[in-house]
Amino acid sequence: MTSYLQLTGISKTYGTFAALSKVDLAVDKGEFITFLGPSGSGKTTTLMIIAGFEKASTGDVLIDGGSITAMAPHERNIGIVFQNYGLFPHKRAIENVYFPLQMRGAARAEGLRKAAAMLDLVGLKDLGSRYPKELSGGQQQRVALARALVFEPSLLLLDEPLGALDKNLREQMQIEIKRIQRALGVTTVFVTHDQSEAMSMSDRIVVFDKGRIEQAATPLDIYHRPQTKFVAGFVGESNLIEAVVTDAGSRLATSPALGEIEYAPSETAAPGKPVMLMIRPEHIRLSRRPIEGRRNAAMKIETIVNYGDNALVIGNSSGVPMRVRVLGADVVILKEGDDCHISWMPDAVFPITA
Amino acid sequence: MQASITRLTERPTLWPWLLLTPLALYLAIFFVVPLVDVVVMSFTEPKPTLSNYTHVLTGALYQRVFINTFATALLVTVVCLVVGYPLAYLMTRVSPRSAMLILTLVTMSFWTSFLVRTYAWMVLLGDSGPIIALVRALGVQDPPHLLFTRFSSTLAMVHILAPYMIMNIYSVMRKIDPVLIRSAQSLGAKSGSLFRHVYLPLTAPGIANGSVLVFVICLGFYVTPVLLGSPREQMIAGLIGHQIDEFLAFGLGSAMAVVLLLITLTILTIYHRRFGLDKLWG
Repeated sequence: MTSYLQLTGISKTYGTFAALSKVDLAVDKGEFITFLGPSGSGKTTTLMIIAGFEKASTGDVLIDGGSITAMAPHERNIGIVFQNYGLFPHKRAIENVYFPLQMRGAARAEGLRKAAAMLDLVGLKDLGSRYPKELSGGQQQRVALARALVFEPSLLLLDEPLGALDKNLREQMQIEIKRIQRALGVTTVFVTHDQSEAMSMSDRIVVFDKGRIEQAATPLDIYHRPQTKFVAGFVGESNLIEAVVTDAGSRLATSPALGEIEYAPSETAAPGKPVMLMIRPEHIRLSRRPIEGRRNAAMKIETIVNYGDNALVIGNSSGVPMRVRVLGADVVILKEGDDCHISWMPDAVFPITA
Repeated sequence: MQASITRLTERPTLWPWLLLTPLALYLAIFFVVPLVDVVVMSFTEPKPTLSNYTHVLTGALYQRVFINTFATALLVTVVCLVVGYPLAYLMTRVSPRSAMLILTLVTMSFWTSFLVRTYAWMVLLGDSGPIIALVRALGVQDPPHLLFTRFSSTLAMVHILAPYMIMNIYSVMRKIDPVLIRSAQSLGAKSGSLFRHVYLPLTAPGIANGSVLVFVICLGFYVTPVLLGSPREQMIAGLIGHQIDEFLAFGLGSAMAVVLLLITLTILTIYHRRFGLDKLWG
């Protein structure tokens, strides 16, 4: 099966600055894919190239096997929700949703009926006659979503649509967007710099940095098997320990500071190869005494950052800074300056070779 | 802290109003008093009757002049709009530097003296002026007169009033969120329907502001139509001046002025109900 949306060799240069270099990506039909990266990483530029608002310097965008590179934005049949929604202030909610149908020559009565049905789907059944300024941020968001979906677009693009909402509403909208996307089965590209949003919503995450794709994988793989140091550092908190593979057969690497460390199975680790050993803070256990059956190291606690239900303990283990996640209940007995032990299972150590 | 805030808000001070006194006095002496005098004269000169108003409202000459005044103001407004709208749009599309340059050129007519401007048109459009000469050079045997026609007075008034239109429309256009345009495009709007369904409605407040301003100012224009226009197509302000200068008909002139004032106020009231007068000045 060929993929539904394909980007082949997309580059974008502004003068001598390369905003995107050779981006290749294939997205399956119905997939919810998230572009994640810091600002200036190229994720929004890529989205705008798909939408047709930016022209790629090289490369091709294909939908269902056909190139759309030469098409104007209005010919592409792609629904977009912008960060500030882009609702027409002079049109009522229902007229906003009807607009794309109107542009496609739909009969007024039929178009308005469809628009009303779509407003119903996004949970705004009775608010169609309101003007955008009479709606809350979350409601405007839903109208924008309904408007971008009502004409059955071949693709839905979401450009940081939740950025302007407060935390509770954002979580609610994440669930809503997923529900609607699943109900309609529309292929969706979501752009965000918020990793928890990316984790909770996506079938697949594409991590961008400096105009390149660092890794494209499922949220679990991105989190537990990051391919590059950047991904490990950008997604979640991580401890990165410099080491050199000494025995690929027994999966052993040696860190100058911490000595020999066993790591999880890896296909790319080879003897003599320098690696970064990644251990997530929540995979490390903190204890007063060494624990048998685990890899132990002594650590001095330097700082404790309390988040209520959990805390981040930052310490120093033989000169290597280490971060350990502990549950809130355990924090009360810990003090900054305490000597303790940290330990982990070999499976929690993931070697990054790139 | 709380107490001092309460005190500040609860005891209104007269000071700000005192600052207005010089302007208020000036307006009272040089605007309100003469205006009241005009209203009084319209009822009392030459003797206290309503005859001035019956004349103004029923006389064929006055009716014609009123109609001509409104037709001219409407024409000037439409021409200002047709010329100004694309220019304002251009200003939003070029670099800020170029926009400033266009704005400076547009408002240059503001900085030139009224009379100098008007006489400049006389030189340009006159029978021995450069434009007629050019038309002759192109082989036209009997070129039409340009000066002292509706054409010349309309052209000059458009030149003077277009900046009001352009600045009003430009200020509205500049505030339009580019995301709205992109949204419309992504939703399938071609440039024609994008303009009709999105851009035009969004710029409508600017069009309304500019049009009302140009129309109302144009209604009372005196110098330009008198000096450049056709004597057969007088405007109301010119006729008022004529009545008072030539015939010393203070009562009749005043009545015309009052009628013009009432019509202008009616237009502004309708505008205020619809859009709010506070928006008129940007």
